[in-house]
Amino acid sequence: MKPRAGWMSLATQTRPPSVAPARGESAPPPPAPAASAPGAPPVAEAPDAISVRDFSLFYGAHPALKHIGFDVPAHSVTAIIGPSGCGKSTLLRSFNRMNDLIAGVRTEGEVRVAGLDVRSADVVELRRRVGMVFQRPNPFPKSIFDNVAFGLRLLGIRDRAELEARVEQSLLRAALWNEVRDRLNRSALQLSGGQQQRLCIARCLAVEPEVILMDEPASALDPTATARIEELVLDLKRAYTIVVVTHNMQQAARISDRTAFLLDGELIEIDETPRLFTSPSRKLTEDYITGRFG
Amino acid sequence: MTSSAPAIGRPLARADVRARAGLADPAYRALLTLFAVGVFAVLALIVWECARGAAPSLAAFGWRFLVSADWDPVAEKFGALPYLYGTLVTSAMAMLLAVPPCIGAAVFLAELAPRGFGAVASFLVELLASITSIVFGVWGLFVLAPWLRVVIEPWLIAHLGFLPLFRGFPFGLGFLNAGIVLAIMIAPTIVSISREILLATSRTLREASLALGATRAESLAVTLDAARPGILGAMILALGRALGETMAVTMVIGNTNRISASLLGSGATMASVIANEFTEATSKLHLAALIELALVLFAVTVVLNAAARLLVRWTTGGRRDVAGAA
Ligand SMILES: Nc1ncnc2c1ncn2[C@@H]1O[C@H](COP(=O)(O)OP(=O)(O)O)[C@@H](O)[C@H]1O
Ligand SMILES: [Mg+2]
Repeated sequence: MKPRAGWMSLATQTRPPSVAPARGESAPPPPAPAASAPGAPPVAEAPDAISVRDFSLFYGAHPALKHIGFDVPAHSVTAIIGPSGCGKSTLLRSFNRMNDLIAGVRTEGEVRVAGLDVRSADVVELRRRVGMVFQRPNPFPKSIFDNVAFGLRLLGIRDRAELEARVEQSLLRAALWNEVRDRLNRSALQLSGGQQQRLCIARCLAVEPEVILMDEPASALDPTATARIEELVLDLKRAYTIVVVTHNMQQAARISDRTAFLLDGELIEIDETPRLFTSPSRKLTEDYITGRFG
Repeated sequence: MTSSAPAIGRPLARADVRARAGLADPAYRALLTLFAVGVFAVLALIVWECARGAAPSLAAFGWRFLVSADWDPVAEKFGALPYLYGTLVTSAMAMLLAVPPCIGAAVFLAELAPRGFGAVASFLVELLASITSIVFGVWGLFVLAPWLRVVIEPWLIAHLGFLPLFRGFPFGLGFLNAGIVLAIMIAPTIVSISREILLATSRTLREASLALGATRAESLAVTLDAARPGILGAMILALGRALGETMAVTMVIGNTNRISASLLGSGATMASVIANEFTEATSKLHLAALIELALVLFAVTVVLNAAARLLVRWTTGGRRDVAGAA
């Protein structure tokens, strides 16, 4: 990661001309060969969507992540759990270099996401392939349609028919279409919190990312809206690789294939979710999931 | 909680609490209502007093007051057109000169400048706002005027003299000087409020757009779009100050009652005429005409404010979602 590299200059952040997606209405990326067999360690032929190697991150002198290493297989949901302040958001934001926005961030080690070396990749290209959903729904103060079309317009798509088709498809995938189909031109800010969050998911799906990062996507929502987001995550993992930060262990257990437990900037344990919750191999993990601290 | 509780001797008196709330709530409500009504009352009183004071002039000139260019205290003929013109021209010029660079500065301070620098620069800009207007007047008179007379105005006449706007003689005092002084005076308002609005708007939206693969410039466009109502609000405040500024303008505008098409010409604004003539207005009609000027100035401010608010409404489709001073 290059803190602030290219950030001070508008000119160096030019968009690669080649990324406009060509596919029409078919579902996104061709599925990887097969997910790893249950219980077995990830097999070599399934390419990992994310791989982290000896990765450390410092806010000034304060180490927020310490020698993290793990892989995220494609088309899976990985949950990151841990007490508040342990570095979950920092780790997630390392995957699309959102930490570049913070002055004084320094990193060591390697992160590869969607086939790109995060540190050296063009940051615009990287973020195009890696969608992000934030803790608080943050739709633009524009119409519902313009929110979803935002990323498409950035890609240079101007054709109205294509925009409409892609917007509809994204809203369908985000399970929001039926609720907003007859008010696409209304302000996105008139939607409920849960609808806004699904709109943010649709907005991110529209540009057909390979990886979707979610930072406590349901923590600002009520139980019903939360359930809908969880359903959506389970549905989306067929086509995308998802990493979701949550402080809610039940949620991690419900939606994730693998769970990583982070404590104080260190990766304590990462494993298949059922196993991590039933027979963790580290005492610290057990203490945390049984509620002894955090 | 337990039965062995200390012997207070009587149950907790809930009724007292209710009685207190029963009295406090309406009292509190009445007090706040009083304050709110007070604002309107003061406004209404100002208008009423002005209208009363201006009654002789209103009766004598009627609507001709607004369209007549005659202002002759000796002949007791009063028309406000030159001053209305002066007020609008100097304020428009101030806005034209101040708005583009100030918004640029606000964007720079909020988005591009290193954090420490942004804070220091904003502090200095706000300091500018606390300088008394007479200081700006003195500066306009003794620093800006000679410079305009010797350098700028001859150049304008030589190169842009084919435009009616820049015809005439280089006096140094007049609309141009007043416009520049006003522009500097309203700059801090525009810069500091716009910067605050941009800072408040930008964090979440910036992350949202950047995460979608927007470049820095594209992300800035989103922020600016969202901040537009607030920035317009800053401009309304600035315009209000420009319209009403008295002291500095009086010192540099030349104080003549002419309607000069050229910016190099001199003139007067409604506020400057009131300041200049109020103490020496001896006749009843003269005084009434000056008070009517105040009434007109008040009306102009209200109309422009309302227009600007409508503009905000209109450009945002009635959105009420963004932080805005509007
Ligand atoms: N912008 C920042 N500047 C300095 N320190 C930060 C910043 N953001 C987070 N931190 C620190 O990094 C650690 C991890 O924070 P974060 O990743 O937000 O934790 P989590 O998401 O698990 O609650 C915390 O100790 C926090 O104080
Ligand atoms: Mg967090």
